[in-house]
Amino acid sequence: MWWNVFMLALRSIRRNVLRSFLTVLGIIIGVMAVITMVSLGQGATLQVTQQIASLGSNMLMIRSGQRGGPGQTAVAPPLTLAIAEAIGRDIPAIAAVAPSSSAAIKAVFANANWSTVVSGVDQRYFVVRNWPLSAGRVFNEGELRAGKAVCLIGNTLRDKLFGAQDPLGSKLRLKKLSCEVIGLLQAKGQTAFGSDQDDLVLMPLRTFQRRIAGNRDIGLIQVSVQDGVATDKVEQDIKRLLRERRHILPGEEDDFRVMDMKEITSMLTGTTQVLTGLLGAVAAVSLLVGGIGIMNIMLVSVTERTREIGIRLAIGAFERDVLMQFLVEAVVLSSLGGVLGIALALAASAGLASLLRVPFVFNIGIVILAFLFSAAVGVIFGYFPARKAARLDPIEALRHE
Amino acid sequence: MSGPSQTPVIELHAVTKVYGKGGAAMQALRGIDLRIESGEFVAVMGPSGSGKSTCLNILGCLDTPSSGTYRFQGVEVGALTSEQRARLRRYYLGFVFQGYNLLNRTSALENVELPLIYRGLSIAKRQALAQQALQAVGLKGWEQHTPGELSGGQQQRVAIARAIVSEPAVLFADEPTGNLDTSHSHEIMELISELNRTRGLTIVMVTHELEMAAYAHRVVNFLDGRVHTDQQNKVAV
Repeated sequence: MWWNVFMLALRSIRRNVLRSFLTVLGIIIGVMAVITMVSLGQGATLQVTQQIASLGSNMLMIRSGQRGGPGQTAVAPPLTLAIAEAIGRDIPAIAAVAPSSSAAIKAVFANANWSTVVSGVDQRYFVVRNWPLSAGRVFNEGELRAGKAVCLIGNTLRDKLFGAQDPLGSKLRLKKLSCEVIGLLQAKGQTAFGSDQDDLVLMPLRTFQRRIAGNRDIGLIQVSVQDGVATDKVEQDIKRLLRERRHILPGEEDDFRVMDMKEITSMLTGTTQVLTGLLGAVAAVSLLVGGIGIMNIMLVSVTERTREIGIRLAIGAFERDVLMQFLVEAVVLSSLGGVLGIALALAASAGLASLLRVPFVFNIGIVILAFLFSAAVGVIFGYFPARKAARLDPIEALRHE
Repeated sequence: MSGPSQTPVIELHAVTKVYGKGGAAMQALRGIDLRIESGEFVAVMGPSGSGKSTCLNILGCLDTPSSGTYRFQGVEVGALTSEQRARLRRYYLGFVFQGYNLLNRTSALENVELPLIYRGLSIAKRQALAQQALQAVGLKGWEQHTPGELSGGQQQRVAIARAIVSEPAVLFADEPTGNLDTSHSHEIMELISELNRTRGLTIVMVTHELEMAAYAHRVVNFLDGRVHTDQQNKVAV
């Protein structure tokens, strides 16, 4: 019986190929939009998570001043190397502490120049950031202690200044300092905030303080926490230590900030997830519209086939046979639209993902959900026309021309 | 179902049918009493508006009386649900209409199979029975033709095949020759008479042509919603 009903539905769909196609176009577009939006959104979320992971996991960042942005740190006293050492010495469960200081400076090589960020760091920076080299070497103890004019450069800067040339051994000019390139950092790509991580120069902290900044300030202390330790606890310890060292009275506000990468991660992925949800919901509206299209055509079809319904009722079809016939037809139509929509969505999201440089996430859950939803649309919007057909008076239906 | 039995196939008692309500009410049937025995071939005649088609619809369980009783093989039809009436049509009744009422763009074979689908028979069984029925109405070799490719007479034969394929107890025919020319009309009437003769199929046929009514054993004349005359047909007997 079910097979018969199914075949009957297929035959009636085949009888009007163009109309059937136009009818399910709404469903096709709806399903395609939902799946594409959701998988692109999930791709974006994944990308954000990956990018933040590339900054280093389990990381806390300490800056002086309450708000970020240029010029805001002036009021609060700067961080110092002594504070960084105290954190590393006094607070348990810390893997590494990396003090650093940076400035935006124009780098010049031969007749090329490029505005970049120059940071003074020591060897612990590479541990905290988990950042390997693609060529050359890191600073040695002697260079760090003596503040030698040596530097490592990021991949973007190499492209801008050296092109295809080998930068190792070349002299880079930063302000009045001429410094030798001894290593090349591996490319990391953009951060989740959209800045290029590879556009930088690293030099020994002492070199930076003496020859670029002209002071002994520390701009940023990055702390990596041991695996499996809650960052909240470490964050509290650091805050207590800083308040003590910077003589902040109880009740006074902190004049420094401790940022947890995990918080930033969850904030950013939260944002993309909300956006994904919103886009998916908007796309779902088009599924609804598609359903109304199906209802419309099924109503037309019922009117067109009134006599057929009359014949079927006269030769002994139950009302529910007729109901099932039209309901199955609507469901087959909408499911067909669902399948086509899924196929197109997979192609579209794979294409768009590579175009937008977002990882392509295949989510079987949303595919199944979209299919079930499209079938449900068939049931819901097919039911009314089907009931109309089933309730026809056989005598009236037979007389219908 | 052949041969006379204790209970008549059809028994109407004081059946009325009123359409509409209040002042606009139209009384189509004003008290019909009718008994039809198994194996009879009855022609129902009368001018248009006399209630003969209404009566046929009630007999065919497509419509229900406003008052009075209708017993089909002793079963009170008025007490049945619409699904039970559909079951009655499915297993005991066959219909032939003036306008053939075949499904367009559907082969003769599939048209004849239709009632069997609702009986839940397998495809093989359905096709075998439908082929037999088409052979019985003289359409062997026309199985794959659609109604559009068949003449009026042939279409009515397909309709008759569809009506008899489920071996009903009664065949109802509503002006079966109304759309046909004389020679085709006689062919159809020969076929219907033959079904009555060889299979003992009870036949109730509405017609307004005396010539066609002459094939029946009994002629019931309707006038103004009542049975006007009811007599055995001397020509046929």
